[in-house]
Order: sequence, then structure tokens, then C-alpha cells
Amino acid sequence: MAYLDHAATTPMLPEAVQAMTAQLGPVGNASSLHAAGRRARRTVEEGREALAAALGARPSEVVLTSGGTEADNLAVKGLYWARRAADPARTRVLASPVEHHAVLDAVHWLADHEGARVQWLPVDSLGRVHPEALREAVEEKPGDIALITVMWANNEIGTLQPTAELAAIAAEFGIPMHADAVQAVGQVPVDFAASNLAAMTVSGHKIGGPYGIGALLLGRQWAPTPLLHGGGQERDVRSGTLDVPAVAAFAVAARLAAGRREEFAREIGALRDALVAAVREAVPDAVLGGDPDPAGRLPANAHFSFPGCEGDSLLLLLDAQGIECSTGSACTAGVAQPSHVLLATGTDPELARGTLRFSLGHTSTRADVDAVAAAIGPAVERARGAGLS
Amino acid sequence: MTDTTGAPSPAPRLRVLAAMSGGVDSAVAAARAVEAGHDVTGVHLALSANPQSFRTGARGCCTIEDSRDARRAADVIGIPFYVWDLAERFRQDVVEDFVAEYEAGRTPNPCLRCNEKIKFAALLDKALALGFDAVCTGHYATVVLREDGTRELHRATDMAKDQSYVLGVLDERQLAHAMFPLGDTATTKEEIRAEAERRGLAVAKKPDSHDICFIADGDTQGFLARHLGTAEGDILDEDGNKLGTHDGAYGFTVGQRKGLRIGHPAPDGKPRYVLDISPVDNTVTVGPASALDVVALRAIRPRWCGTPPTGPGTYTAQLRAHGGETPVTAEPAGGPDGDELKVAFTEPVRGVAPGQAIVLYDGTRVVGSATIAATERRAAAAAVSRG
Repeated sequence: MAYLDHAATTPMLPEAVQAMTAQLGPVGNASSLHAAGRRARRTVEEGREALAAALGARPSEVVLTSGGTEADNLAVKGLYWARRAADPARTRVLASPVEHHAVLDAVHWLADHEGARVQWLPVDSLGRVHPEALREAVEEKPGDIALITVMWANNEIGTLQPTAELAAIAAEFGIPMHADAVQAVGQVPVDFAASNLAAMTVSGHKIGGPYGIGALLLGRQWAPTPLLHGGGQERDVRSGTLDVPAVAAFAVAARLAAGRREEFAREIGALRDALVAAVREAVPDAVLGGDPDPAGRLPANAHFSFPGCEGDSLLLLLDAQGIECSTGSACTAGVAQPSHVLLATGTDPELARGTLRFSLGHTSTRADVDAVAAAIGPAVERARGAGLS
Repeated sequence: MTDTTGAPSPAPRLRVLAAMSGGVDSAVAAARAVEAGHDVTGVHLALSANPQSFRTGARGCCTIEDSRDARRAADVIGIPFYVWDLAERFRQDVVEDFVAEYEAGRTPNPCLRCNEKIKFAALLDKALALGFDAVCTGHYATVVLREDGTRELHRATDMAKDQSYVLGVLDERQLAHAMFPLGDTATTKEEIRAEAERRGLAVAKKPDSHDICFIADGDTQGFLARHLGTAEGDILDEDGNKLGTHDGAYGFTVGQRKGLRIGHPAPDGKPRYVLDISPVDNTVTVGPASALDVVALRAIRPRWCGTPPTGPGTYTAQLRAHGGETPVTAEPAGGPDGDELKVAFTEPVRGVAPGQAIVLYDGTRVVGSATIAATERRAAAAAVSRG
């Protein structure tokens, strides 16, 4: 098996598994005052501190959630509601069109149900938002903007955004900016304090931690309206009993991801470059998606469009060879659709139907790359025979 | 199959694409194909796409529940599973054809059309191109491999479940790549459900689907009205006298008795039936049951399973899904629409509607099929309905 879908989820690190299982037995609600509660709370707070240290944040800026999707929704909807409540004029939302669905659909929902006026920031052919474009959109009327949201790194084509420059513009006008950094953590330097961001989403299972946990890093001056009301845990912004074992494991994974980042990025980047070279050799007309400059993309991401192929056909053929990857965009009914990311970058819709995303991770090896090198040529040839239905 | 030593040779391991609707039959069929040693991949066909918007990332699909049921079954069976979007092909080849046929006053069978154009054409072609050897479905019919290497389609062992009628359009090339694991066992539907239960397939208790899959609410008249609009026309008797009005001729089927809304009874007091539908002047002609008796018909687009017959032959014919058999003499003939089939019934039959398929059998073997174009009534006065 060649597992090349780490951007979907990556195996838990053994250290994280150990930290998690160690916490599954002991009783304790971190909100309780007795000894069992204090023990649980200590585990949670130590985890919070480790997460904060790994991500360049203060412990009080870590709002634990059920995952990246909840953190994205909390940032987008919560900040919108709070900002509009403070000033009814603030109904404009600036967003990139290449966001993950957890942001994209939340923004659409605000437009459909909460009177938000969405302004999609222009992106170039690499899917990148240019700071001048953001400045232009902001300066048009800074007072009516509720929030800005632009992801740190794209989950499909791996393009990195100039997050610090964008956030500096937002900060200059006192507008909160959110970034989904789910794919960036562990691959590129991510420092919340240095970023100037108001809010930033991170997720456990993308960095070797468990499923079902994530966090919204939230600057202390921002108080989004909660999505979940209840016991008032997590700064009154997010209620719900904390998942002690998951927090412990998430913290270990974040600490290791940050500590190993440089070496990991170097090694995985070299492996990715080898994979890109192998695919190009086997299929000379394959089109690399995203930034051709390795400095401008996630080191573990490789994305291709194969002219004349259906991405689903390629997936089926590679799966039969034990190679697990993704077309880059999934959907609930399983019907493949051209990716909104590629369409936003101006990719021809027909070409956008034949995409594959290979995402590497901490268990990837040279043998995985060799398997792709051997299989991709015949698979593309066969998929072309089956054509575009 | 036997080898030269007479010992049974193992069945070849084929790469099989199992079409999984989300229902119990196709799930059990896929499971049986796995059990027979084949390398099986499941695929659910998304056939009716809703209008899609950018907002949802265009992932609308009205068969999400069926798709999930199929996926769950594939997971339990332990095979890869994909959803293929054939909605555009289905719309063109099945739905639009369905509407156009009704518009022309005929009564189409969309399931037949889907087998001919989608499952054993679009799907099969894609499967073959991707390296599969066969497409497997949950139909009840039997493929027999003869010693000379040719294949025959036969009725299912259990006549009550037989679906060879809707597969009558398949030619030998299509049959060579078709696999019907449910066809050759005398299993009742209850036994199939029990087998699904035993295999841990949650679809075991799922109700059967009988309706036309793209008319979810079962309201064919409403569907046609939405696509063709309503236009009031006359209901006439055999002599051309006006008896009443209707909302659109396409809403009727030859042989139909109910829903005619004629105020006053026939002079002889007997019920009246639809004899003819004329979309050109939007009239519906009604008359007594006796006038429905058909003695012969002309059918177009014949498709033969195997070598086409060169002269007249005696067969049994089936004229609708779940219909009975009736003896006929049939003969291929040239005609204005190309190849045709002329059929004479040994005994008159009733309720034969243009647009329906006639499937010819020799015993249990499917000989061929064709689409009914015109019928010949017994009464000399009502000679041929339409051409």
C-alpha cells in the first residue's frame, strides 16, 4: 500500500497514541472542583500550554473545538455576528474563493441567511490572494467589513498565501482576519503571535493527533458569538465538556510537529520533488497545479491535472494498484465535480475533471514514490481510453 | 466448462464492475460475484442530478440515500466503491426519450432503454475501457454459454422473478460482458432478503422499488404535464363523435380504461377503453374492449440476440414487463424505417401500445426484441391504427 492522502488524514504518531490511551481510563471532568476534576484540568491546561507554545500563541488564546470545521464556523459566523452586533453597518465579508468548504459554505450561509455581502477576493492562476487586492477591497469602505478570511495554505493545490502581509493590512484597519491553517501546521512556520491574525484554525488529525479535536486560536480582544451555548467552557466562546484524552494527544502531536517541522519539510519536500519528477516523466503533458516554485507551496503537496482523463477513473485504477490518493475534492454523494479551487484559478473546467492530489506525510517513503512512478503512466493511458463521460 | 481431461476447470477470475443501486438485489448479486472468486468493484450510478449551484460546490444529487446504502453494502462485502455520474447521458438517452415518446403518443419502457443505453452501453463501455471484463447487475435472467462460445439469454430459473424482458435489447456482445448472479438460482425474493440478512447487508429490509426511478413521487401524469404542458383536446368515439375532453393526449395509454372522465355512458352500457392516441390533433379515441383486439403488429429497431432469423418463425412473445406469453409468427422485413419485424398473433391480444417492446422467445431463450410501431386490429373497420 502506498498511502498518499495525508492531507485527508495522517496516521497518529505513536507518542500521541500513548498520550491518548494513558488518559482513557482515569475519570475526571475538567470543570469539576474535586481531585479527579483537578487532575483532568491539569492535563487539559498542560495540553493547552503545549499547543500554545507549538503555535506561537498564549494559552488563553487556545479555544478547543471538535475539529477544524467547527473552528472555521466559529471564526466566520461568530466574528460576523459579534462585529455586526457592535455595528450594524458591518455586513461585508472578504473571503478568498479557494477556501475549504468549512469556510466557503459558512460564508455562503451568512450571505443566504444573515444578510452578509460577500466580496470574493481575486486570486491569480496559482490561487494566491495579492496584498494589493486586499488593500483595495478594504480601502473601498473599511467601516462596513465584518471580517476577512483567507486560508494559510490550500488543501488541494498546496498554494501558500502571504498571510502575514494580508493580516497586517487587516490589523492596520482594525478588522479581524481569520486564516484556516489546518494544512500549514507542521509543514511551514506558523506563529500565531507574529502573524497579526485575529483567529486561526488548527486540527488534530492532520498533524498526527486524534480525530475530533481542533482549536481556534483567538486573539484576546476578539469575542465571537458562540455557536454552542452551555457550560461556558473555553472563554464562554465554546461550551462543552473537554475531551481530556484528545487534548493530551493533540498537544503531543502539535509539539512534535513543530519541533520536527524543519527536518520534516526538507525530507518530505525532496520526496515530493521526486514524485513530481516521476509523474512528469511518465506523463509529459501532466499539468502541475499550484505554485511551481517549491517555496510557494506546501512541501508535502503534489497536484496534477491529466488532460483527457476523469479523476475518478484514475482513482479507481490507482486504488486497484494499492495507491491511495485523492482527486482533491470530495462530496457527500460521492459524485466528483470540478474543484471550486481550480475553477477559481481559471483552470479549464474539462481539465479540472482529471485531477489527482498526492499528499505525503510522516510515513511516506521512496517506495511510495516508486509505486506511483510505475503505475501512473499506464493508469493515465487507460483512463484516457475511458474518456470523459 | 470442462478441460480435455474432463476435470472441471476453475472458473476464470474476472474483473467485475457491479452496478449497485442501493437495493437488495444488486447488493446480493455483488456479494455472490465476490464469492464466485471474481475481483469485484462496486459502482453506483448517479442518474438524476439536481440543478446545481456554486454555493454547495455543486454536490447535489437526489439519490444520496440510495448511494449511501450502496456504499454501505459495498463496505460490508469488502469491495471498492465509486459513484459515477451518468446523469447527463441518462437525461439525454432515457428521460428525454421517455418524454418524446409520450409526446408522440407512444408508451415507452424506460427500464429497457436504460439497460440498452446506460447500463450495457455507457457503463459497460467505460468499464471495458478501464480494464474490467464484465458488468454485474441484480437482474433475474440467465446467460448460457454454449459449447461454440456463443452466449444466449434465457429467462430466470424462477419465472415469477424473470426480468429477461427488460434485457431483451441486449445483443451478444453486450451479453458476453454481462453477469447476472441472481438469475440461475430458484430463489424467491424472501430468500434473497434472507441471504442479504445473513450476509450482514442492511438493505435486506429495504422496500422494493417499482416506480420509474426518475419520477420519485410515482406521478407519471404530473411529470409529463410538467414537461409537455397541458393542452385540452377531444375524446372521440370510433365514428369521430366528441364524447368529452382531456388535458393532453400524451397522458393516455392504449388499453387504458380509468380516468377518461366521459360524462355519459356508452350506448351499449359497456366500459370504454383508449383505442388510439393522436398527438397531431391532440385527440384520444375510445371504444369497446373488443376493438382493442390486436391480430398483428409492425415493430421497428429489431435487436437480435445471436444470428437474426432469415424467414418466418414461430415464437412466444412478451409485450410488457411482468406480462404473459402469447404465441406468434414473426418475420424480419425491410420497411420505411429500416429493419422491421412483422408479427402475427395466433390469438388476438389486447392492450398493445405503440412504443412498448415486444420480446420474442424460443422456449426460455430470448431471440430478440423490437419496438412496437403500429398495430392491426381485428375489426376490418379499425384496420391499422398508425404508422
